[in-house]
Amino acid sequence: MSAHINHVVVVLQQVSLEEVPAKKLRLTKPSKSAALHIDLCKATSPTDALQYLLSFARRPVEAESVEGVVRILLEHYYKESDNSVRLKIASLLGLLSKTQGFAPDCIVDDAINTLNNEKSHQVLAQLLGTLLIIGTQLPDKIAVVQRLIDVACKHLSSTYFGVRNKCLQLLGCLGTVDKPLSKETDAGPGAQTSHVRDVQSVISDYFQDQDPRVRTAAIKAMLQLHERGMKIQQTIYNQACKLLSDDYEQVRSAAVQMVWVLSQLYPESIVPIPSSNEEIRLVDDSFGKICHMVSDGSWVVRVQAAKLLGSMHQVSPHFLEQTLDKKLMSDLRRKRTAHERAKELYASGEFSSGRRWADDAPKEKVDTSGVNLIDSGACGAFVHGLEDEMYEVRISAVEALCSLAQSSPSFAEKCLDFLVDMFNDEIEEVRLQSIHVLRQISTHITLREDQLDTVLAVLEDSSRDIREALHELLCYTNVSTKDLAVPVCSSLSSIPRCSTPDPGAADYIAVLVLVFNAAKSCPTMPALFSDHTFRHYAYLRDSLSHLVPHLRLPGRKQTASSGLEASGVGSGSLESAQNFLQDSLVRVSALQNLETPGAQDLLEFTIRDLLRLGELQTELAGSADFCATYLHCQLLLTKALQEKLWTMAVPLCLKQNAKVSTAARQILDETYKLEFLYSGLETQQIATIHNIRLQAKALQLILTARSKPGVDRVLGACEKFLQDVESFQRLFMTELPHFQDSFVEKLLELMPRLTTCKPLDLVKILQTTLRQSGFIHLKLPEQIHRASATIIEPTGESDNPLKFTTGLVVALDIDATLEHVQDPQTSVKVQVLYPDGQSHIIHPKPGDFRTPGPGRVRLITQVYLSHSAWTEACQIEVRLLLAYSSSSSKQSASKPAWNESMGGLPTSESCIESTIHLSKPVKVFIMPKPARR
Amino acid sequence: MPDIKVTPLGAGQDVGRSCILVSIGGKNIMLDCGMHMGYNDDRRFPDFSYITQNGRLTEFLDCVIISHFHLDHCGALPYMSEMVGYDGPIYMTHPTKAICPILLEDFRKITVDKKGETNFFTSQMIKDCMKKVVPLNLHQTVQVDEELEIKAYYAGHVLGAAMVQIKVGSESVVYTGDYNMTPDRHLGAAWIDKCRPDLLISESTYATTIRDSKRCRERDFLKKVHETVERGGKVLIPVFALGRAQELCILLETFWERMNLKAPIYFSTGLTEKANHYYKLFITWTNQKIRKTFVQRNMFEFKHIKAFDRSYADNPGPMVVFATPGMLHAGQSLLIFKKWAGNEKNMVIMPGYCVQGTVGHKILNGQKKLEMEGRATVIIGTLDVKLQVEYMSFSAHADAKGIMQLIRMAEPRNMLLVHGEAKKMEFLKDKIEQEFSISCYMPANGETTSIVTNPSVPVDISLNLLKREMALGGPLPDAKRPRTMHGTLIMKDNSLRLVSPEQALKELGLSEHQLRFTCRVQLHDPHSDNDTLGRIYTHLKSVLKTYSIQHVPDGTVIVESIVIKVTSSAEEPNLKVILLSWSYQDEELGSFLSTLLKKGLPS
Repeated sequence: MSAHINHVVVVLQQVSLEEVPAKKLRLTKPSKSAALHIDLCKATSPTDALQYLLSFARRPVEAESVEGVVRILLEHYYKESDNSVRLKIASLLGLLSKTQGFAPDCIVDDAINTLNNEKSHQVLAQLLGTLLIIGTQLPDKIAVVQRLIDVACKHLSSTYFGVRNKCLQLLGCLGTVDKPLSKETDAGPGAQTSHVRDVQSVISDYFQDQDPRVRTAAIKAMLQLHERGMKIQQTIYNQACKLLSDDYEQVRSAAVQMVWVLSQLYPESIVPIPSSNEEIRLVDDSFGKICHMVSDGSWVVRVQAAKLLGSMHQVSPHFLEQTLDKKLMSDLRRKRTAHERAKELYASGEFSSGRRWADDAPKEKVDTSGVNLIDSGACGAFVHGLEDEMYEVRISAVEALCSLAQSSPSFAEKCLDFLVDMFNDEIEEVRLQSIHVLRQISTHITLREDQLDTVLAVLEDSSRDIREALHELLCYTNVSTKDLAVPVCSSLSSIPRCSTPDPGAADYIAVLVLVFNAAKSCPTMPALFSDHTFRHYAYLRDSLSHLVPHLRLPGRKQTASSGLEASGVGSGSLESAQNFLQDSLVRVSALQNLETPGAQDLLEFTIRDLLRLGELQTELAGSADFCATYLHCQLLLTKALQEKLWTMAVPLCLKQNAKVSTAARQILDETYKLEFLYSGLETQQIATIHNIRLQAKALQLILTARSKPGVDRVLGACEKFLQDVESFQRLFMTELPHFQDSFVEKLLELMPRLTTCKPLDLVKILQTTLRQSGFIHLKLPEQIHRASATIIEPTGESDNPLKFTTGLVVALDIDATLEHVQDPQTSVKVQVLYPDGQSHIIHPKPGDFRTPGPGRVRLITQVYLSHSAWTEACQIEVRLLLAYSSSSSKQSASKPAWNESMGGLPTSESCIESTIHLSKPVKVFIMPKPARR
Repeated sequence: MPDIKVTPLGAGQDVGRSCILVSIGGKNIMLDCGMHMGYNDDRRFPDFSYITQNGRLTEFLDCVIISHFHLDHCGALPYMSEMVGYDGPIYMTHPTKAICPILLEDFRKITVDKKGETNFFTSQMIKDCMKKVVPLNLHQTVQVDEELEIKAYYAGHVLGAAMVQIKVGSESVVYTGDYNMTPDRHLGAAWIDKCRPDLLISESTYATTIRDSKRCRERDFLKKVHETVERGGKVLIPVFALGRAQELCILLETFWERMNLKAPIYFSTGLTEKANHYYKLFITWTNQKIRKTFVQRNMFEFKHIKAFDRSYADNPGPMVVFATPGMLHAGQSLLIFKKWAGNEKNMVIMPGYCVQGTVGHKILNGQKKLEMEGRATVIIGTLDVKLQVEYMSFSAHADAKGIMQLIRMAEPRNMLLVHGEAKKMEFLKDKIEQEFSISCYMPANGETTSIVTNPSVPVDISLNLLKREMALGGPLPDAKRPRTMHGTLIMKDNSLRLVSPEQALKELGLSEHQLRFTCRVQLHDPHSDNDTLGRIYTHLKSVLKTYSIQHVPDGTVIVESIVIKVTSSAEEPNLKVILLSWSYQDEELGSFLSTLLKKGLPS
């Protein structure tokens, strides 16, 4: 009690002390807080006050004036008698303390004080919520956090559920992490605080609360503790399991999560099975329990349970296999030794399957003393999940199956039947998902004949996505038995007769791929091939070489031998090509000065060689192209610098100027391509690219200065350039040691001078630095891929113009494959170029991008065309673009590790949206006709 | 003890003419009123004379509830209400109310017009009967009278099928009707909340079956149909007009759509068109897929399924025909069967149960030659069955596991099985008793089962008393644990009140009497009286840590209300007599102390 009084006194003092700064603030920032103060004083009724508060809440408050506003609010809080207004004030306090740059330490005491005199439960709950926000803002202030926890513990005994909820939430978010860890070793440290028991046991007391909302909050708080890295004690397990049979779905839903968390924490500890003296691994026990929840009454819980099952990889295989058999009871739980016997017992059919006529007459009772728990245990969980009423449950069950099957080949084999059955689901998403899943586990499975029938039947599905997913699946599938050749071959001969050419052809190719892969392991198959199959083989081996294996075809000596030759050369040549690439780079790097005669020739030859190499060796295409482009930039730069114009007088060299400025622009373009088109780059390469880009920019700057002597313009350009240099320094601080003798290094050395000198001096300095700086050698990273795109449709060969009426739109279907494009949803755009030079850029919807396989993306979209009337049909160009922003947003997104070195860099600064051509243009013939009348 | 009495008039250890009488809390309720397919005499209807020998049923029944529109659940309704006489309310869901008269009319037509029976209910009677129907919505609590309330839950099975909870006071019964725990192509799964009824009356058609995944069956079905159609054969699927027929139609319709098949699908009955109309209307009663997509397209508006005409049966080329009735015992399905039986390319798929004696039953048992009798003229010939015969259970009843699942959902205190075969029920009964340790009953027709209930009796408790008790009690988390409290129960004017003793005394104008127990305990102790008392004091202090113990200077120790004194006679100063006295309220503590002191003091 005395402590309490002391507390109040201290707080009173604080309040009186803080009156002064509050007033001062009011003077400095009269607009915000004073206005609020006046408003609140004016308010005659609670409704008025609420209105003022609401409108106040809509405007942001600056960090400096937050404290003043809080004081005013608190002042009114104590005066206010209406609950709703106090509630609003309390929530405002919370909002305000979230203001960026405001440290809420100073209002903690006041906020806690308000709790003491509060009578209304709702307001109390809101105040605790505010404290929670304050607490989460100050996670490292131990004393504050400790006080908040004490407050929460005090109010836990409230009769109102909301207050208890908030208290538990607070405990969950702030409960100290270190205590229970030390508690396991000795109980000492817990005693120093006001409550002897640790947070976990306090929270777990509320697992049995009378209010379901509080029970939920308690479990959530516990989960929150876990998320914050606190080790949950195993004793919670039993309590959590009891909550699985709670009457309320939100409690069960939280409890499922809790049980799952514990199963991940203590998979190997042993728990007893109730009503028997056997014991079982905890992960198995919890697996059984979560399986049980797959047939819960609430679909939300079912979805959750199904999802969580997928992540329980440690479960024992025989429990896992039970999930696919409805009839095999959980007898295993009790008699593990006798589990084979039990299996026979059920295989012998105590229950009938309903599949055959008249087999459901009860058979003679087989020893039923070995109690069978029909509805507990893992038994049949996935069977239930896969035929659930809600497709959300089915999808999560399919996903869970996938993830479990990926880690257990034997389970994959068993669940195959079920997945194949899902190909017949009524909802397309489910069908699609199960096809994808089958592809993901394709390494573990081999399709049986009957399953293949079902799978092949899907080839006739009317949905394009499904057919394509299936093609992808067939590419990966092992078809084991030799007999399979026959049905596949027969379906092969039937399919080409499909009337519609396009999907039919795609299907046909998919089947061919399948057949060729099968034929690889089955030498008798080629004999069954018809003539056109051989012809198509040659074609496909060429066009889809990554999917079609090399075959030894009888009577086809020529192709076979040449194929063999090619593949032999291929494997050897990869290494030699790599060596070649390295050699050329070494050769180039031997060049010290590009101005020496012959150096440029060497560069040109090397570029040519590299380009050729890229064409020949697809694996190295990315690296080779990358190097070639880089060298090309260097070459351009060197040439530009060797132009005569530098020695000429300014007015005489306009023509030369044009040449050099083109080179500069070209280098810039190339550098953007280098940076954004290639994936797999490391920081060093990016820095190198930036270096050459800076050189190009310097070149431009010099040209501007020479050609247009207006100082203003040059001044702006100089500033821009200096900013670029600075940002380079900021971004590539760690890489600077690699830039000995480079342009950038020299610039940075001169930086203090540059910032102070006049623009024209700066230009001069730049000019000399450019000419003096050396050539930076490129170090190749492991793997570089060039982003590329091919438009499959439209093909650009059609002579029939697409006719439409002026003023209306026509939809053009676009189908394209993208390879190695990072984050295609945001970066890939479609450009339509009309003959009159009009260009439209269209952003495809994120849903239009599909990912059939790793590294590959398929864009299927529609673009709308419209134009005013033309006299005759004309071609428009359609191409794909890669959008980028020159401020390094790309790197920050794709390279989290690198991000650290950047610190809090504002990314939106100088965000020049620009684009790179990603695909070759495709011409489409269109004809806008004038509208009749 | 209060009890619930259940008497099946039909469907007790039997399938057909479901009719179950329930007496609960003084109310009599009839659950379902069906007819039996197997009989054509009086046995086809339940024996209503069980309720009363003469006169109308109205005064004996508080209400009638119909679970769904199948005739074995509603077939006897016009007979009961119009011919026997019942004017009370009849409850059923909206779809049932819409479809049930169609089936009843059909049933009447067959019996009266075709078979020529007399003394059967008329169309007017069906109409009059339907006027007495009160429609129910799902999860809507309907107050039949002040005490009796009913509530419907979704049951799957067929469109509009419902499970019903009947509640009087705190006693309740749940009747499932027919239900299905696995969703199908047009209906969802049965669902009930954890209502913990005193009794759950469940159907048990598939008491000994645990079915495989439904998808296997669907796949097999589609595969077989597809194969037959591909090789140019015809497929006959005998069905009853409503229920399975719609499911299979949707299955085939979506398959045809997906695979872009062209072979025609026909549906052969006039009744179905009317019924399909209702299926289109009652979208809210169907499953997730249909509910979500009906805005774009109502699944029951079939694109590929057309009405059948008799002449189509002779058309060349593949086709699929749904024909009634489902057991191939008469009508169109039998006619088509006869035409197609001779060709081994054709196929007949039996999607459900077939009663013994029907053609369906025979061919399922593998009979290859059938003796046929023509109508009217007695031409007896044999028919070679060359076509393929397939059985595929698409029955929409819960299997054993489903029944168990429902029990787990509802958590009943007792279980009662109806609508199944006795032998199979026996088996399931054992399983249920083992699994849930609740008692399970399976009465035969006319046999009454009474279940003792333990209804809770509501008592008004005075707020003051409660608050006082709260103040005494510990922190809140203990609130769920039972706690004893003292109070006085006043039973007056048909109401029960629990008040504090003081208030009760005041109200009743009585004066308070105290009841005290006294007890002497003899103890050998060499010390003086006062020392002994002192030692007792310290001893008790060490034992009873949480109680307030006072040592009063006048030579007594007081523990709560218990007074302890020590005396000794002059002759034997070492033999102390300890006097204990306690009030009735502290009886527990008092007896504890007396036994404690009898054991002596620690030296």
